[in-house]
Amino acid sequence: MKITTETGERHVLAVTVDNQAGVLAKITGLFTARGYNIESLTVADITADHAVSRITIVTSGPPAVIDQIIAQLDRLVPVHRVIDLADQGAHVEREIALVKVAGTGDKRIEALRMADVFRAKVVDTTLTSFIFEITGSSDKVDRFIALMRECGLVEVGRTGVVAIARGPEAL
Amino acid sequence: MTEMSGADMVVQALVDLGVDTVFGYPGGAVLPIYDALYNHPTIRHILVRHEQAATHAAEGYARSTGKPGVVLVTSGPGATNAVTGITDALLDSIPMIVLTGQVPTTLIGTDAFQECDTVGITRHCTKHNYLVMDPDRLGPIIHEAFHIATHGRPGPVVIDIPKNVQVATGTYSVPELIEHHSYRPQVEPDADAIAATIDLIAAAERPIFYTGGGVINAGPDASAALRQLVGLTGAPITSTLMGLGAFPADDPKWLGMLGMHGTYESNMAMNRADLIIAVGARFDDRVTGRLDAFAPHAKKIHIDIDRSSINKIVPVDLAVLGDAGRALDALIAAWQEKGHKARDLGEWWRRIDGWRATRCLDFPEKKEPDADIMPQRAVKALFEATRGRDPIITTEVGQHQMWAAQHFGFSAPNRWLTSGGLGTMGYGFPAAVGAQVARPDRLVICIAGEASLQMNIQEMGTVSQHRLPVKIFILNNEWMGMVRQWQELTYESRYSNSYSDSLPDFVKLAEAYGWTGLRIDTLGELEDGIRTMIDTPGPVIVDCRVAKLANCFPMIPSGAAHTEMILQPSDVIGTMDDEAKALV
Repeated sequence: MKITTETGERHVLAVTVDNQAGVLAKITGLFTARGYNIESLTVADITADHAVSRITIVTSGPPAVIDQIIAQLDRLVPVHRVIDLADQGAHVEREIALVKVAGTGDKRIEALRMADVFRAKVVDTTLTSFIFEITGSSDKVDRFIALMRECGLVEVGRTGVVAIARGPEAL
Repeated sequence: MTEMSGADMVVQALVDLGVDTVFGYPGGAVLPIYDALYNHPTIRHILVRHEQAATHAAEGYARSTGKPGVVLVTSGPGATNAVTGITDALLDSIPMIVLTGQVPTTLIGTDAFQECDTVGITRHCTKHNYLVMDPDRLGPIIHEAFHIATHGRPGPVVIDIPKNVQVATGTYSVPELIEHHSYRPQVEPDADAIAATIDLIAAAERPIFYTGGGVINAGPDASAALRQLVGLTGAPITSTLMGLGAFPADDPKWLGMLGMHGTYESNMAMNRADLIIAVGARFDDRVTGRLDAFAPHAKKIHIDIDRSSINKIVPVDLAVLGDAGRALDALIAAWQEKGHKARDLGEWWRRIDGWRATRCLDFPEKKEPDADIMPQRAVKALFEATRGRDPIITTEVGQHQMWAAQHFGFSAPNRWLTSGGLGTMGYGFPAAVGAQVARPDRLVICIAGEASLQMNIQEMGTVSQHRLPVKIFILNNEWMGMVRQWQELTYESRYSNSYSDSLPDFVKLAEAYGWTGLRIDTLGELEDGIRTMIDTPGPVIVDCRVAKLANCFPMIPSGAAHTEMILQPSDVIGTMDDEAKALV
């Protein structure tokens, strides 16, 4: 007997929740308990009184599974709203990575040249290393990191995706 | 605003919320609350013998009254022992509040004595939970917890209270009407969806109502509305295990329970229907059978208060989000407003009568007085003997549970208490305790198997202490019958560990606890034995010896469709392929 799993489209969900202890565990636990994917997850509080956090979750699944994920999230008591950004028309996605590259000579020069092409900023330098800050879509960050592997990449830190719908309306 | 200790606030909040009964067990981390309850004039504390039983008793209390059940246990093992009952309440949508003691805030996270991460452990088996770090928050949290447990789809809520929060003082006041800032389930159904539902029902040639525990949870008025709507439309009705009693079993429109051990006529009608109206039911795997063969010809309407239940397992054509009772009321109003008349469903009923003619619940039996008692006969005799007494029936889990569901006819809601979703052996006896506490004058009978009963048999002491006249009716076949049945179906009768070895003498056990114990061995003794049980004041245990190898039919085996029911033992092949073996 074979055990099969379904794959599906990538979706970006924006979830506003009470900024309280345990809420993030409740949400990530829901994904593991029900067997949903999390490709990336970011969270920070977004209101002046620090009462509300916004969680951006990148997940994937067939349309019925995505509907279930949204319904399951939405019925959790501390969840305010769940939005599938794909349903909101166009949206902007950004991710920040800090990329540490070590080396000297030609590789160091090449790393700096490519960082310039990708509009990555140098945020720290020593005689033998750079830390680059790069902002962009996950694809762009992936491509930059792939190139840096050839130029002495030693460490990467990524934030995961944050996303917001285009246009004047709020979520 | 009143200044008081956290423990006093807990008790005051319970009083303000109308709580009259708490099921619990004391321990170090809840001693302040227990002291506040000492000699309390209005709150009755039922001391159980194990915390799991406190949760099931609270479920029994809730299911038989419609009010939330309240549990009070200590930290660590008190909380972990409660987890099974909390999960049971989550799966069966039972409103329940569980107050757990916790080590003082200063010791949290230090692996202190009797410390466990209660909010962590119960995060995914509660509807919501709280760790209260500030006594000023206790009042608002307890009131909010009751609101959450009882609004929308009901469920269990845990409130974990560190011991120093119980001792410290703070201010308490009764909050104004709670409207939760983020949790606002839709209760009123959408008018367009109601109108569309009515049009589909009016046009259907082969409609069927498929109802569940949501109708019971919506209160007795919802059951009354269901009866009216079914009467107006003339359509047949079936129900899940959890929905039994919402529609009277003696009504000709009642087809019996559906699903794995449902009737042939209800499953065939679901398979051949052109319209299914699901009300407060969730298309559980025990109901649907093989999904790709489930109700292939039917448009499906799903009325439910939980949006995540809609399209979870079976995609539906029309969703009506809201409380089952409000939706049924709205459907009746819309039906009458549009002046619909019940359609002539004669052809549909003729087909249903054809399926009924198989008499799928009949069973072979010998009629001599010294014959073995068939378990189905025992349930039927119990039903006949208690007619007119409006009994509350609880069950454990297994064959006896299915026989009770098949052969005991319920005609009103809140009389049938069983563990459906989680299937918890050990539920029925403590649930009967809770129901008897809530309804002291009613006849409460736990129909048990000899194996399940032993999972919480220590509660006999609770019953004796609180003078509860609970009756336990054991269908004793000396087997974990449902396990054995599956071993016959799947593993060529290799009975791995399913024999109930080393059983106690239940009659002597009853006497040891100050109960009355009776034993029934033969068919000739059955009716008298049941009558003696009913007529004996106080708690009674009946060890009713039944035919050892009887199995529960009809049955949809794992991985099979509604149309592929096993109707009798001779249909059993004894093996299954791996795909079917892997299903539960």
